[in-house]
Amino acid sequence: MIKFVPQLINLFATLILMLSFAMISQRRIVSLINLFTMQGAALVAASVLLGYATHQPDLYVSAGLTLALKVVLIPWLLHRVIRRLNVRWDVETLINIPTTMLVGIALVIFSFSLALPISRLSSSIAGGSLGIALACVLLSFMMMITRSKAVPQVIGFLSMENGLIFAATTVTNGMPMIVEFGIALDVLVGVLILGVFMFQIREKFDSLDIHNLEALKED
Amino acid sequence: MDGFAHPTTWVHLDWILAVVVAWLVMGVLGVVALRRFQFVANGLFPISACFSLGLLGLALSAMGAGPEVAVLPIGLPQLPFHLRLDSLSSFFLMVIGGVSAGVSAFAAGYFRKGEGTPPGLICLEYHIFLASIVLVVVADDAYAFMVVWETMAFSSFFLVMANHRIPEIRNAGYLYMLVAHIGALGLLLCFGVLQANTGDYTFANMRAQHLSPFWASVAFVLAVFGFGAKAGLLPLHAWLPEAHPAAPSPFSALMSGVMLKIALYGILRVSFDLLQTRIWWWGVLLMAIGLATSLFGVVFSTVQVEMKRLLAYSSIENVGLMCTGFGLSLLFSAYGMTAFAALAMTAALYHVVSHAFFKSLLFCSTGAVLHATGERSLGKLGGLIRTMPWVAWPSLIGALSCAGLPPFGGFVAEWLLLQSFLFTTGLPSSFLNMLVPVVAALIALVAALSGYTMVKYFGVIFLGQPRDEKLSFSHDADHWERIGMLWLAVGCVVLGLFPNQVIGWIDPVTHLLVSDGLAQAVAASSWLLVPVSIERASYSPAIFLLGVMACFALAYLLVRRLYKGGTRRAPPWDCGYPWQNARMQDTAEGFGHPIRQIFEPLFRMQRELPTPFDEQPLYRVTVEDPLWHWLYLPVAAVVERCSKLIGLLQQGRIAVYLMYSFVTLIVVLLVVKQ
Amino acid sequence: MSILGLLSQLMAIVLALALAPLLSGWVNQWRARLQNKSAPGLLQPYRALRKLFNKESVLAEHASPLFRMAPYIVFGCMLLASAIVPTLSTDLPLSPAADAIALVGLFALARVFISLAAMDVGTAFGSLGARREMLVGFLAEPALLMVLFCASMISRSTSLTTIVETLAHRELAIYPSLLVAGVAFTMVSLAENARVPVDNPETHLELTMIHEALILEYSGRHLALLEWAASLKLFAYSCVGLALFFPWGVAQADAPMALLLALFVLVLKLAVGGFALACVETLSAKMRIFRVPEFLATAFLLAVIGLLVNILLGVS
Repeated sequence: MIKFVPQLINLFATLILMLSFAMISQRRIVSLINLFTMQGAALVAASVLLGYATHQPDLYVSAGLTLALKVVLIPWLLHRVIRRLNVRWDVETLINIPTTMLVGIALVIFSFSLALPISRLSSSIAGGSLGIALACVLLSFMMMITRSKAVPQVIGFLSMENGLIFAATTVTNGMPMIVEFGIALDVLVGVLILGVFMFQIREKFDSLDIHNLEALKED
Repeated sequence: MDGFAHPTTWVHLDWILAVVVAWLVMGVLGVVALRRFQFVANGLFPISACFSLGLLGLALSAMGAGPEVAVLPIGLPQLPFHLRLDSLSSFFLMVIGGVSAGVSAFAAGYFRKGEGTPPGLICLEYHIFLASIVLVVVADDAYAFMVVWETMAFSSFFLVMANHRIPEIRNAGYLYMLVAHIGALGLLLCFGVLQANTGDYTFANMRAQHLSPFWASVAFVLAVFGFGAKAGLLPLHAWLPEAHPAAPSPFSALMSGVMLKIALYGILRVSFDLLQTRIWWWGVLLMAIGLATSLFGVVFSTVQVEMKRLLAYSSIENVGLMCTGFGLSLLFSAYGMTAFAALAMTAALYHVVSHAFFKSLLFCSTGAVLHATGERSLGKLGGLIRTMPWVAWPSLIGALSCAGLPPFGGFVAEWLLLQSFLFTTGLPSSFLNMLVPVVAALIALVAALSGYTMVKYFGVIFLGQPRDEKLSFSHDADHWERIGMLWLAVGCVVLGLFPNQVIGWIDPVTHLLVSDGLAQAVAASSWLLVPVSIERASYSPAIFLLGVMACFALAYLLVRRLYKGGTRRAPPWDCGYPWQNARMQDTAEGFGHPIRQIFEPLFRMQRELPTPFDEQPLYRVTVEDPLWHWLYLPVAAVVERCSKLIGLLQQGRIAVYLMYSFVTLIVVLLVVKQ
Repeated sequence: MSILGLLSQLMAIVLALALAPLLSGWVNQWRARLQNKSAPGLLQPYRALRKLFNKESVLAEHASPLFRMAPYIVFGCMLLASAIVPTLSTDLPLSPAADAIALVGLFALARVFISLAAMDVGTAFGSLGARREMLVGFLAEPALLMVLFCASMISRSTSLTTIVETLAHRELAIYPSLLVAGVAFTMVSLAENARVPVDNPETHLELTMIHEALILEYSGRHLALLEWAASLKLFAYSCVGLALFFPWGVAQADAPMALLLALFVLVLKLAVGGFALACVETLSAKMRIFRVPEFLATAFLLAVIGLLVNILLGVS
């Protein structure tokens, strides 16, 4: 069973990458939130496995935190927000979806070729997933840039954070607990504030399209 | 050249020179009988086809033999022509001979009275073209090479301008000449670098030089630029879609099928033979250019509405694929993996041969269609399979081969290329490891799109209902045209069904270029193509074809025996619509519309859309090449401005001109005084 | 080539011919049940084939010989494809004739011929169907090729029998790249077999059909051959998917017991796969035709990512 653990971790890593890629090509915001939830669940599973294999109880705590926040609390909040704001679709992206996916592939190649020499130096059993984690971060960042509604941008931010935690977990077997708690708290507060902002934007402009924000600049 | 006196002691090179002389004699005979149409068409061209067959046989027998040299006393007093026949030259002579046999036979039936240039003059230009191509391939020093290269360019220019009364054709010829000379400039500079200050321009001397990596790279880039201008690589491709449609169809066939390959011969000769070093980024550069060219070519070919332009862009795509194969081979060779380099090189050379055959076949069929109907636009054709079966069925073979479908020749080349891409994980660099599978994916995409193009080409021209009433009066090809097209179609089929033999012919070439060959691995089985090992990969086109035919025959016989349903002819069902006319089927624009929509950023489109309030609604879409507007027009504008600046020197007043001489005299006196 | 090998090859062909309509019938039955309709019988496709074979074939007046030849060519291609995919055993004498790349070429050949035949009659529907079929094909074919490359890189071979042998008889290992490739393969086979969400196999509305538009002008025995070829295509795709992703149970030797076990396992796997297909068809809605290239581009790029993951994780 032990010898399966690295392969299972690689499997979850690939699943996370696939979900990041699927999020880029999605138009429906409800599916985006569901994909993000699944990504969080995969991250939890990977952390638990890694904790079991390396006998580090810290990773169990980190997994529990991720479960509470990323799989339960934040998706519930987001579902509530989109029901209140009645935002379901994000049909027009800034650049069209096939081009986004092509840029995504280029980013994946870039991060893989960057990560290959580094992962050879890593001593963790899941060192090979650094490239995947880096690719997830870059893909989520790109999603934040190319979406024109506010909610997908928020989801991109959260997914980027997922990627960062995954990178930290696999390469160095987790971060110090203080840092983890701090990041978790930051993320929670960030989402709450963003939710407030979204209401304000909606009140002012009657829509969540961020193109309206351009009207705020001085001419 | 003492042995030239006695024909019995002639080696292959001497016989090849005899063929060249025979062609030139026939060209002169054509000029002598300038307007004797029957003599030229039914006499000279078929004899020329026989000489092409002789050239094919000579090349095949010269493949295994060692290199032969000769020195011709033509040329300047201290610079005679050096000639050399090695396996690379024999391979390209094989291509030239095989294709020109079919095209000459086709041309014999193609010419009609009273069209543009008199046939005798065309005969002269055609034979000079063929002769100069042969001499390019056997030239062994830079001077001879440039002389025959320029002759080739000039004779093909005159062939393109055969109908010079039409202004578009004149513009096309002008653009062609311009780009050809820009390329020739690159070639001159390349040869200058290669001779490395020794003053001896023979290739033998260039082979002996050991250039530093910097100068070798400069020579390589100049060679790719110079030969790429002639081959139609991006961004020097703009002349190809203008010049190939402008020429009469047999010459388009020859230009697309043979001349583009001669440019690739040049790249091979310089990078694999004359340069002794191999650097990895040369291969990556060639692969990148090749890939960009093939993507560009195939996407543009799917949206064309004129049949010859479609085939011209398809030629650009195929040249790109061949360059990708050469680049991969160079990459493997730079890392010393000679077996895989041989695999990639074999794939690319196989593509060279099969493209020569199927593209010439397709251009010949457009010639026959043009003659029969007078239409070149796809919007006015259709349903020609019923009135022109002798043209349609060979074109089907050509189209299937171009689409890269088994069991024809195009598929074998693609299969070998994809197999060689699977070996790239053994490359030492991690970045290249990542990049090359993506290149393989893009090649698969290009191949699928070329299938799309060929369905559009064949379906819109030959299938469906005629889109114009006068198409029902079209006549079928005459017997010379049939012979030409059948020869080329048989070539496509042979290349598809007997890959082992063809690889056996290619083997000496790969041994020369990358020091390894596939023939040993392949010779193990005669009907199964096994490039590496049978567990790894294998393909048998003969069994494939037999399998499909057997299932076909079995199904046919069983259905005929067991079920007696019978057949009845009726008007087409069309979901019950009572009134159908030919305008209800897809147009060429319509068939290419999905691709146009998906790849919209790559085109430069101008659309005129009708509004609901128009009395006479008009819909017009023009698709143009964006590189023409981004690269060619700005460069032309800069050149014009520079010329205007220099033109300021021409004042028109005698006093100013005298002052120029006065100032020059004073400067010279000052310089001499130092 | 032994007699047993020849026999197993013949058995594979006969099995494909016999089981393919049954698989289509199974999928149709489950789709109807999941949608609360009363299901047709399991043997309905066989009855349909027999009916069509006995009917008179009506051809358009100006249909060319290409139109008449195309059903036989398509049928022959699909039969050859089913013959080279290892379904029961990996001892197939025909399999060296065509490897994975040639399999993709075989599907492409069938697609080109049916598109040409559809354009032949010169009606609006035929050319529309041909255009859409080539649109689906131009992205699906490279995606399928990349999925097969993914499996080839792991097993170091493009021969399908070698791939099955390597994946089935190596020690159990989890290949993440095969997960990605599996998702891509599912999307491609939905598109190529004309299933929801790409094409509705039951539709008769001209705006929504792709596969139906191609065979609109055919009747009688030609239509029977084309319907059989379509079910053979589904069978071949399912067997390729099972061979790449669930290869356990395929016999290596020709022992009768091993073949019987392989047959039982194959039927079980196909039943589960057919049920899963019916679920997917019921749960998704048909896409607009211009979303189909995006769908297939996603599949293509996922397959490329599978290749890249393979290289990154260094699976030997």
